[in-house]
Amino acid sequence: MATNTLIWLLPIFPLLAFFAIVLFTNRNKALSHTIAIGAAFLSWLGSMIVFVRAIQGNLPFEKAIDWMPLGADKTTHFFIGVQVDQLTAVTLFFVAWTVLMIFLYSVGYHNFGQPKGDHDHPGLPPHGAKVPDAHGHVHAVPSIEPMYSRFFAFIALFAFGMYTLVVSDNLLTLFVGWEIMGLCSYLLIGFWYAKPSARAAAIKAFLTTRVGDVFMLLGIAYLYSETGSLSYKVIFNEHTLEKLAEPAGFLGMSIAGLIGLLLFIGTVGKSAQWPLHVWLPDAMEGPTPVSAMIHAATMVSAGVYMVIRMFPLISVGWHEGGSLTPTMTVMAIIGAGTALFAAVIAVGQNDIKRVLAYSTISQLGYMIAALGIGAYVAAAFHLVMHAFFKALLFLGSGSVIHGMEHGVLHTGDHAVDPQNMFNMGGLRNKMPVTFLTFTIGGLALSGFPLVTAGFWSKDEILADAFGNGYWLSFIVLALAALLTAFYTARQITLTFLGEPRTKEAAHAQETKWTMTLPLVVLAVFAVAAGWVGIPEGLTGGAIPNWFHEFVAGTLAEHLPVLEFNFLPMLLSMIIVLTGLTLGWWVYHGVKAGQPDPLAKPLGIFYTWMKNKFYFDELYDRLFVRPAYWLADTFTNKWMDRGVIDGTLHTISRAAYALGGVFRNYFDLPVVNGFGDMMGEGTKSFGHKFRAVQTGKIQQYMLSVLVFAVGILFYYLLSLLKP
Amino acid sequence: MVPLSWYLIFSAALFCIGLYGVLARKNAIAILLSIELMLNAVNVNLVAFWRYRYSEALNGQAFAVMVFAVAAAEVAVGLALIISIYRRRNTVVADDIDMMKW
Repeated sequence: MATNTLIWLLPIFPLLAFFAIVLFTNRNKALSHTIAIGAAFLSWLGSMIVFVRAIQGNLPFEKAIDWMPLGADKTTHFFIGVQVDQLTAVTLFFVAWTVLMIFLYSVGYHNFGQPKGDHDHPGLPPHGAKVPDAHGHVHAVPSIEPMYSRFFAFIALFAFGMYTLVVSDNLLTLFVGWEIMGLCSYLLIGFWYAKPSARAAAIKAFLTTRVGDVFMLLGIAYLYSETGSLSYKVIFNEHTLEKLAEPAGFLGMSIAGLIGLLLFIGTVGKSAQWPLHVWLPDAMEGPTPVSAMIHAATMVSAGVYMVIRMFPLISVGWHEGGSLTPTMTVMAIIGAGTALFAAVIAVGQNDIKRVLAYSTISQLGYMIAALGIGAYVAAAFHLVMHAFFKALLFLGSGSVIHGMEHGVLHTGDHAVDPQNMFNMGGLRNKMPVTFLTFTIGGLALSGFPLVTAGFWSKDEILADAFGNGYWLSFIVLALAALLTAFYTARQITLTFLGEPRTKEAAHAQETKWTMTLPLVVLAVFAVAAGWVGIPEGLTGGAIPNWFHEFVAGTLAEHLPVLEFNFLPMLLSMIIVLTGLTLGWWVYHGVKAGQPDPLAKPLGIFYTWMKNKFYFDELYDRLFVRPAYWLADTFTNKWMDRGVIDGTLHTISRAAYALGGVFRNYFDLPVVNGFGDMMGEGTKSFGHKFRAVQTGKIQQYMLSVLVFAVGILFYYLLSLLKP
Repeated sequence: MVPLSWYLIFSAALFCIGLYGVLARKNAIAILLSIELMLNAVNVNLVAFWRYRYSEALNGQAFAVMVFAVAAAEVAVGLALIISIYRRRNTVVADDIDMMKW
C-alpha cells in the first residue's frame, strides 16, 4: 500500500472503532474491546510500516488536498493533509506502541471476565462482588466495570485525536486533534462521573487547558494573518521565516517570536507547566490507563511535540551558540523552573499516582527547558524515552493499586486507601513482575547510568546546558534530577521494599497477564530504547548516534553535534546514584503507622510541599471565586434578574398601572358612569319630578294658568316682531 | 251708552276674581261658585260684544243662553261629584282631596 495512503488511515481506524462501539456494540463488552484493540493494532501495524519506510529514506511523505477555497472570489486555497518526516516517524513509533499497550492493559484493569458487582452503579468505580467458592466460603472479588465499552470508545476517540495531531501537516488539523484530546481528557477524567471529585477534576482539567488553548488559537490566527497559510511547508520555508523575523512591536519580539510565545502558552496548558500545572494531579481521579495514556505518554507529550514542531518559528533569529530569542528564554525559565518546582512537590506526596503526576510535570519541564536552550534533538529524544518509561510507571502503579484493592476486598476494610504508599510495603514478594518492571521504569526516570533509556536522554539535555554555558539551567535541572532520583527511590522503597505495613498489603496479589504483558513490553523499551541515542564521543564513533542524525534532518538548518564532554555525564551519574541511595536510606525503615521521616526535619517546608505550595488555593481566590461571583452575583442576580427581569417587570407594572388608570379614571366613571347616570338620572329625575303631582287640583289649575299666560305672551311678542 | 271698554274691564275683573276664587278657595263648593262666576263673566263679555257690535244678529244671545245651560249642567255634575266625594271622605276641603297624588 502506498505510504501516503497508509498515513491518513492511521487515525481512521480508532475513529471507526469509536463509532462502532458507540453506535452498535455498547452492550457487548467483549466485542467492544476487540474492536478497540483491533483498531489500535491496525494503527500500530501501519505506524510500524511507515516507520520502517521512513528509516529507509525518501522523507517527507506527504499528501495534501485543497480543502477550502477562501476569499471573495474563491482564489485562495487552504490545504490540509498528512505529512511524515523524521520527527513524525519517531513520534508515531512511541505513540503506536504505548497506545496499543495501554489498550491491552485496560482489558485487565477493568476486570474483564469478572462477575458483575453486587451493587455496582454506572458512574462509580466497581465495588466488588461476593462469590461463593466450592466450599461455600464467600469471597469478595473484583467486579467488572459497568461502563466497560464506554471506556474503550473514549480511548479509541482519544487515539484518533493523537494520531491526527501527529500526522497532520498543518496547524489547523493539529489543533483539531489537540482539542479532541482535550475533550477526551475531560470525558475520561470524569469517567466515574458519579464521584464529585472526578467531576470537579474533569472540569478543572478542561478549563485550565482551555486557557492555554485560547492563546494558542490567537497564535494560530496571528500566524495565518501574517503568512496566509497554516501548512508547515509554507510556514517553515526560508522566505516566510525571513518575513516573520521582523519586529512585532511587542516587547521587542519578532513576529515569529510572538507567535511562538502564544503557541507555547498552549503547551503550558496542555503539558501542565507552571502556572497551568494545577489540573494534572487532580486528573489522577480518572482510571489509571487514562493517566498513563493521556497524562504520560500521549496528550501531554502532544504539547511538547507541538513546540518541537514549531521550533523553527520559536528560534527565528537564533543561531547555535548565539543568544536566545526572548521566546526561548521564557521557555527555558518556565521549563527549568517547573522541573524543579514539581520535583520538590513530588517528594511530599503520599499517593502513588500523585508522585507520578508531578514527576510528569517535572519531566515535561525538562523537555521544554531543553527546547528553550536550543537542544532540539535532546528534547525530542527525551520526549520519546519519557513516553515509554512514564507509561510503564503509570501502568505499574495501576497494577499495584489493583493488587492493593485485592487486599482491601479480602479484609473488607474500605477505609484503607489502596493508593497511599504508606499503606503498602513488601509488595516485591507478592507482585514480582510488577516490582521488576516498575523498578526498571523508576530507574529509567531517575536516569540510572547506562542501562536505562532515561539516562541517555536526560544526560543529553544536561550536556547541552553544560556545553553551551547555560549555568543556571544546568544547576536547576541537575537539582531536579537529584530530587527525581530521591522521590523515585522513596516511591519504590515505600511500595515494594521492606515489610507490608497493612493487612491489605499483605494480601496483595499479582495481576493478570493482560496487565503484566504491557508492563514487560514497555520495560524492554525503557531499557533498550535509549541506546539509539548514545553520544558518539563516548564510544569514539563506534556506535553512531542514529537518533541525532535522523531527527536533526527535520530542521532546515542542520544542528551540529555538541562536542562530547565527560564532565556532565559524570556529574549526572553521581547525582542519580546519590539521589537513589538517599531515598532508599531515608525510607527503608518506615514501619506501619509511622509518619513520613521528612516531616519533622523539614517542618513548615514539608507542609508547603505536601500542599503543593497552595497554588490551588491561590487560583481559587484569584480566579475561581471571582468567576463564580461574576456568574452568579453579577450576571445572574444583578444583570439577568435585576436589570433584564427588572426592566420587564417595570414595563409590566407600568402597563398594569396604565390599565388601572384607564379603568379607574375613564372606564368606571365615564363609561359606566354614563350608563348608570342614564338609569339613575332618569329615576332620580322622576323621583324629584313626582313632587309636581300633588293631587291638589287647585295647584294644577294654577300651573295651567301660568303656562297659558306664558304662551299667550310668547305669541303676542312674536306678533310684535317686524 | 257707556263705552264698551267698561263692560270688558268689568267682565275681565269678574273673570279674574272668579279665577282667584278657583285657585285659592278651600271649600270645593266655593270653587264651584267661583267657576260659576267665571262663566258669568264670560257671559257678560259675550253680551257686551253682541250689544255693541252685532246687535242685529241673534247669535250673541243664543250663545249666551247656551253658556247658561252648560254652566247649569256643569254645576249639577260638579255637585254630584262633590257629594260623592263627601260621602267617601267626609270632607269638602279641596286640599284634602289629593288621591291623584303620585
